[in-house]
Order: sequence, then C-alpha cells, then structure tokens
Amino acid sequence: MRTMTFRATAAAAAVVLAGSLAACGGDDGDDSSAPEPNEDATFEAGTTMAKIQEAGTLRVGTKFDQPGFGLQGLEDDPEGFDVEIAKIIAAELGLDPESAIEYTQAPSEVREQVIEDGDVDMVVATYTINDERKQRISFAGPYYTAGQMLMVAEDNDTITAPEDLADNPDQQVCSVNGSTPSENIREYLASEDQLTLFDEYSQCVDALGNGQVDVVTTDNVILLGYVGDSDGAYKLVGEQFTEEPYGIGIKKGDTEFCEFINTALQDNEDAYLEAWENTAGKVEGTETPELPEPDACA
Amino acid sequence: MEAVTDNLDLYWSGFLRSLGICVWALVGSLALGTVIAGFRVSPIASLRAFGAAYVTVLRNCPLTIVLFFMAFGLPELGINASFYTFGLLGLVLYTAAFVCEALRSGINAVSAGQAEAARAIGLTFTQTLSQVVLPQAFRTSVPPVGSVLIAMFKNSAVLGAFGVGRDLFSVSDRLVSAQGQEYIPVITGVAVGYLIITLSAGGLLALLERKVAIAR
Repeated sequence: MRTMTFRATAAAAAVVLAGSLAACGGDDGDDSSAPEPNEDATFEAGTTMAKIQEAGTLRVGTKFDQPGFGLQGLEDDPEGFDVEIAKIIAAELGLDPESAIEYTQAPSEVREQVIEDGDVDMVVATYTINDERKQRISFAGPYYTAGQMLMVAEDNDTITAPEDLADNPDQQVCSVNGSTPSENIREYLASEDQLTLFDEYSQCVDALGNGQVDVVTTDNVILLGYVGDSDGAYKLVGEQFTEEPYGIGIKKGDTEFCEFINTALQDNEDAYLEAWENTAGKVEGTETPELPEPDACA
Repeated sequence: MEAVTDNLDLYWSGFLRSLGICVWALVGSLALGTVIAGFRVSPIASLRAFGAAYVTVLRNCPLTIVLFFMAFGLPELGINASFYTFGLLGLVLYTAAFVCEALRSGINAVSAGQAEAARAIGLTFTQTLSQVVLPQAFRTSVPPVGSVLIAMFKNSAVLGAFGVGRDLFSVSDRLVSAQGQEYIPVITGVAVGYLIITLSAGGLLALLERKVAIAR
C-alpha cells in the first residue's frame, strides 16, 4: 500500500530476472524432477489429508517475491525451494504436484491469518518457527535451517562480526521492517538510531551500494543471492549468529497433518536434495543442507 | 486487544517518533510555504516563475515519488544524509506547495486597498507583505492551511517505507510480522495514535481560528 510504485517496479524487475534465469537453466529437467504422485495414498476419514485428497487440490500459501524459495514468474506458478517442498507433500497425498496445487501469495504479514481463516491448507514461505507464532498456528518440520549473517561492501574492514556493531555506532545497519532478522540484530546495536528499515531487501542493497548504509543483515540464503549478483562488490562477514529453522505452517493443533508432513519429507530425502539443487542451491556459495530432524508435533 | 495493551511502550515510542516528524515538518512546511507564496505574489517576474514552477511540480507529483527521489535519488548524486533527513525534507517540500497555495488564497482575500495604502505611505514590497498583507492573510487562511497540515500528519505514515522507520505505522509491521500478532487490533491501535495527533491538531486549529478571527 505504502510503496506501491516502488513495489511494482521491484516486482517487475524481479519477474524479468526470474524469467531470464528460468530460460537459462530450468527447462531441461523440470518435468522429470517433480515427484511422482503416490497412487496408493489412503487416509482415515475426517483427517486433513483425507479432506485434501477428496478436494483434489492442495492449497499452498507461499511467497511470490523471494528468489530461490518462492518467486512468481509472469504467468507460471511460483518457483523455488518452498514450492518444491509443497510438491513433495502433494505427491505423498496422491495428488499431481504439477497441476493439483493452488498457490496463494502469503507475504509475512498475513501468514498466520490465511492459515487461521482456512484460506490455505499450509504455508511454506521461509517461515521461521518461533514461540509467538506457535500461539496461533502449528508448525511441521523444520525442513531447512537458515542463519542470519552480515553483508558489507568489499572494502569494509571495520565490521567483521555482529559484535563489532556496538563499537562502531556510525555504521548503519539495514534490514526489513517487521522481519525476524531486524529483531535479532537489535541486541548488537549501540542504539536504535543505528538501524535503517525498509520494506524490501533490494532497497537495503541499493542503499549499501551508494553508501547510505554500511551493513545489510538477514538470512544467509537471501544475502548469498545478492553477493552472487554483485560482481565482488559485497561480501559476507562473520559466522551465522542465529538459527532460523524454516517450518511449514498448518492449522493449530492438527497433529495428524503435522506428522504426515514430517513423514512425507523423511521418506523423500532424495527428492528433497534434488529440490534444493534445482532452486536455492543454484546460488554460488550455498551448501547443500541435510534434512533436519523434525520437531515433535504438538 | 492484548496485542495493543501488552505493547504500549512500543506504541508510545512510535507515537513520539511520528509526533516529532509531524512537528518538524509543520515548522518547515509553514516556513517554506510562506516564502514560496511570497515569491508567487512578488513584483519580480523570475521569482513568480520559480514559485509557479515549484508548485506545479511538487503539487502534482505523488508523495511517494517525491520521497523516492529523496531517499534513493539524492544518494545516487552523491548527496548523503540520514534517511530521516531525506524523509523529512521530502515531506516538507511536498507540503510547502499546498501551504503556499492555501496562503495565496488568503493573500488574494486581502483587499487591494490595503497594499496600495501601504505603498502610499512608503513601505517597500517586503514590508508591505510582512507587516500588512500576510498578517491578515494568515487569519483568513487558518482553515485551508489547517486542512493541509492535517493531511500532512497522515502523510507522515508513508515515511516509514523510506528508511525512516520506528514511526507509529512501522510499529504495526513489527508487531504483526515479527511477533505474529493479529493485524486488526494492532492496526486499530495505530489508527488511534494518529487520531490523537490529528484530532488534537483539529482542536487547536479551531481555537486558533476563533482567536484570530477578523471581526467584521
């Protein structure tokens, strides 16, 4: 609402980028990489799985603007690691992952809402598991553990770890308003004035480019994409200083569905690794993750 | 409503930040708007042309575009300042165009005889404007300038998207996205914060209007 003009431009740019990326490398193996639907899947009547199977569509909320995880092209369904995870689950439900998934855009502010309102069956959207969110919904997974890092200009030797920030209050740190990284970084800052907040990471990267800010911070997977595009102008410094387990958001208390998703992921580790390699894993510098042990469903 | 009551300190700091922006922008846009209005009625053609061009450009651009040029355009030209300064400057430049026009309507309402009489007793243009015309013009323009200022208080919510941050509107992003609170109560709390600013401003303006009313 607030930055419609900018968002439209950014979205258009992202769309163009995504289109060109897909044209370069995606087409060859895509069809075969999609998991085969599990034809023998049967579920006890009344469970969420049975309802979805009966409806014939899995309704998935994901981000449409997150390169590598969920990014929508001009007309196609969104593409990315989160989308591939949804496909694995759809296949285990006995649905065709290419045609039986209905995608809904689920940006950070509405993720809990769309689950509570029943607009989607699940949300796979770089969704960090935390206790505040568990008050309103339940999480299956985690399926990936990201970690927060710092990105600085190549010639910046002042900041080498988050602990350096408090000693250098003139170094401006940029993140996205309302994001988990923006909350995490606060404890490392000399004062709130050191923090600049935007609506999109691309704005932070612009600001880093022209010297308005000195540090951009968010999850490593997002930063790596920007480092890769920068021709060596930016670098990551320090270690991952947080653990951001990405989970799959479902209706609060739906233990059966949670356990089903966890089993589906554990049973399809090969598809999981392949999904990573075909999406977020394409960015140089990323390490192929191991499927994390799922949390207990509650 | 717990989302609001549990986070009153966050709302309070956001409220103060927004109030600060509003007060500085009020001072800045009134001052700049008065100067531009002076330009637009001055006897010097080039100043009149500048005033007209300023109003035409700034009044007809969406505020988000003005702010975009401030926050992302100026740094491209090598001009660096804090995003707070850029945001405030954008809001002031934009609002000054509206203040100028509202004031000019007040200036036009002052009868020509006043300016002629001032000139007849030997006052210069600047003296005529500042001693005779503007004091009367301010009185008649309290309602329209007041409306412009109240619109500006609400417009200040846009600054949060341009790196200013921590204002009242940004509080909602923090509570909803990072803490997973319900949107409707959170945003209702934000609305109440802005209403406190705009309603009290409206009250003050009504008082001011009565105080400076010209007895006819």
